[in-house]
Amino acid sequence: MKKTETNYSRRSFLKVSSLSGGGMMLGISWFASAKPVESLGELNIEPVWQEVTSFIKIASDNSIKIFSPNPEFGQNVMTSLPMLIAEELDVDWKQVEVEQGNYDNKAFPRQFTGGSQGVRMAWKQLRTVGAAARQMILTAASQAWNLPVSELTTSNGLVTHAFSGKSESYGTFAEAASKLPVPKDIVLKGNQSFRLLGTPQKNVVGPKIVQGKPLFGLDYREAGMLYAMTERPPAFGMQLKSFDVTAAKKMPGIVDIFTIKVYNDDHKFAGFDTRSFNEVIAVVGKSTWDVMNARKKIKAVWEVAPERKEAGQNNRETLIPSGLESTKKHYAQMLEMDKKPGRIERKDGDPEKAFAEAKHVIERTFTAPFLAHNIMEPTNTFAHFVGDKVRFVAPIQIPEMMVPSMVARLGIPKENISIELARMGGGFGRRAYGHYMIEAALISKQANAPIKLIYTREDDVSGGIYRPSYQLTYRAAFDENKRLTAMHIKGGGVPESPLHANRFPAGALDNYLAESWAIPSNITIGAFRAPRSNFNAAAEQSFLDEISEYMGKDPIAFRLELLQRAKDNPVGKTNDYDASRYMGVLELVRDKSGWGKPENAGKKRGVSAYFCHNSYAAQVIDLQVKGDQVTVDQVTTALDCGVVVNPEGAKNMAEGAAIDGIGNALFGQLTLTDGKTDQKNFDTYRMIRHNEAPKKIDVHFVKNEIDPTGLGEPPFPPVFAAVANALYKATGKRFYQQPFQPQLKS
Amino acid sequence: MIKKYFVRINKKVHQVEADENMPLLWVLRDILGMEGTKYGCGVGSCGACTVHLNGSAVRSCQLPISALAGMEITTIEGLSAKGDHPVQKAWLDVDVAQCGYCQSGQIMSAAALLKSTPNPTEEDIENFMTGNICRCGTYTRIKKAIQQAAAKS
Repeated sequence: MKKTETNYSRRSFLKVSSLSGGGMMLGISWFASAKPVESLGELNIEPVWQEVTSFIKIASDNSIKIFSPNPEFGQNVMTSLPMLIAEELDVDWKQVEVEQGNYDNKAFPRQFTGGSQGVRMAWKQLRTVGAAARQMILTAASQAWNLPVSELTTSNGLVTHAFSGKSESYGTFAEAASKLPVPKDIVLKGNQSFRLLGTPQKNVVGPKIVQGKPLFGLDYREAGMLYAMTERPPAFGMQLKSFDVTAAKKMPGIVDIFTIKVYNDDHKFAGFDTRSFNEVIAVVGKSTWDVMNARKKIKAVWEVAPERKEAGQNNRETLIPSGLESTKKHYAQMLEMDKKPGRIERKDGDPEKAFAEAKHVIERTFTAPFLAHNIMEPTNTFAHFVGDKVRFVAPIQIPEMMVPSMVARLGIPKENISIELARMGGGFGRRAYGHYMIEAALISKQANAPIKLIYTREDDVSGGIYRPSYQLTYRAAFDENKRLTAMHIKGGGVPESPLHANRFPAGALDNYLAESWAIPSNITIGAFRAPRSNFNAAAEQSFLDEISEYMGKDPIAFRLELLQRAKDNPVGKTNDYDASRYMGVLELVRDKSGWGKPENAGKKRGVSAYFCHNSYAAQVIDLQVKGDQVTVDQVTTALDCGVVVNPEGAKNMAEGAAIDGIGNALFGQLTLTDGKTDQKNFDTYRMIRHNEAPKKIDVHFVKNEIDPTGLGEPPFPPVFAAVANALYKATGKRFYQQPFQPQLKS
Repeated sequence: MIKKYFVRINKKVHQVEADENMPLLWVLRDILGMEGTKYGCGVGSCGACTVHLNGSAVRSCQLPISALAGMEITTIEGLSAKGDHPVQKAWLDVDVAQCGYCQSGQIMSAAALLKSTPNPTEEDIENFMTGNICRCGTYTRIKKAIQQAAAKS
């Protein structure tokens, strides 16, 4: 046992209260994280003290309920976060009932799903909640039995006095405990004392999922509820000019049709306010089918929208150009940008001189298209606007970031907004952008009824908030001995650059230059599982593979050599990564995959590694190519995400990342012609399917005592290059443009 | 055109009034309040809405209500009384789900596969399940669960 080194006893406080019918309820308050979240832009959560009262409920019958604060989209925090509390509370996991907390910034701090931060941020906080409750129950038992606390032990929700053989459940003492002051010094277990953390536990919602219970936002219904959809411009860069809904209104089941404006014209855009179209036509009716049919009868005239500027917070302005954009043109524009000087993001040594003196230069340009999120549960929200209050049942990743936007648009105080957090049928960043909640509220207000707003799959695919289209050009300079002397990276995208200038291989090279550029666009973009990293890794790790071959070096040995340099004698002051942990995953994946072993000599395999979201991941992928068919035989993943809370859930995430990565690398693309997406549904948007999944996926975790770091995103980015590098082995051809599969010949 | 229909779902006859072209998916979800059958694409390309029609796996988004006379429909709600169908049990044992949204459809497809092919090969599983998309990437676990269910039944 060790005393917590956290500052909770000084800067935070716990709060306890009694439950009606006996029992206790305990929560914690703490200083919410003010650290920017990497993947979601320059997001700063306001540091506020929050009063919390509802993480644990222990009833007098010893039933224990733990509330999971964070929105759930499949990352399985509903299992892992309550496990943190249950460990320190010392209860039998089987006796714990888990419930999703609703949005309540007084009850729960940081209800935030994004940036692979969930377990990382909750690691000490939630354990402190559990430990405090346990200490209070012990104190209550000590007083009831008139025995010193030091003679009492806890296990599986029981307090025991070994000497006398007395043993009673927590429930017996819960009410007395609730009258006690919260202890000042809270002691957390040492990692070696964990009984639950680190053991594989099944998804607590599993039994409901396999029975198809109505868990999701799209499943929500209540009496009098109407169904709503929105008809939006057919192309990016267009807006509504005029419309005639006479025929549509006469369709069966239709209650009302009207336009809504998602944001006011003078809206100051915050990071998650992105929406594809601002003025849309809302159709409200008695069933989804009625509304779908009526939409077809709307006669709308759309026009090309003029250039505009969106005012952002921090007085920033974003230019939204006029015009109907196309993928072909984007690619040509990106190549043009590559020829011009970019914005210098980092420079070490004298890269210009190194390139001027180089005996050989390798230059490769990597590109990637937009990607749609393709969340399996299409976008939706239930809203009921009554008077000056609105109630939501919403699949939303970051409710707290939408509240200020709702206050601004709906003109109601934040106290009048309530959000029940629905389980999300996937998120991957898409549901960080809650414009659909504002749309639903506006529709409910106008229709004067509870409504469920539904996007069709076509709405979701063709009017999304996409992973941007990117390009990175890598140049490497070599001397006469094929020694790497400098590297130059220049990259950008539509409409943002993917560059992380301070990441590997920066820090490992004496001469290094990183430049960025961006092309303004009216295509809406946003976070997509490991934003920017998912493309950086693809380009960087493919390029390192190619230059290692030129140098005659083994690709893993070459990466380790660079990392050793970054570890022993790093170049530059700011290098974002820990070279030792980076090396650790490469060594683990090398050993577990049998890399370089004679028995694997015939395998077509590629390796890749990347750092993001404070974690390290590496993959070796074995595949075969026949015509245009790729069969992935095996994926070996090595991950360093610190202490693993729930190995079963963690493995599932890493397996999913491998399949998702292979799918997007081989098939993923959203292309545009004159502002319209060429893909509209799963018949045209190519998703990975059962027969294309790897035959085998092995996941290995680096065992260490580091507090948990990110897990959901880190195993995703390296997959793309592991695929590209293995495809090279199988075909003799390097792959520079995503997706790869269409470049194979049948 | 709105008409009256009788549909037999999970061994019970339901009377519904609906547009003749309304797909079974929306009859289930919006009229009968059975939300276990999920909407994913509406064009028969993702499998989220899979139900059994006379024992075979079909996409309910492609089945108009007017075509269901005399047919026996089973949805995820009717697959077992307590969620204890061998496929459901295997799904829990293998801890398949991530977000869980596509899993009703995956389970209904898997149950139909095992009914017609009690001992499927890996290739049988891959081919039969190809119509069911999972964005979270649970395919390898799904395959393992189907193999486990086949071995136990």
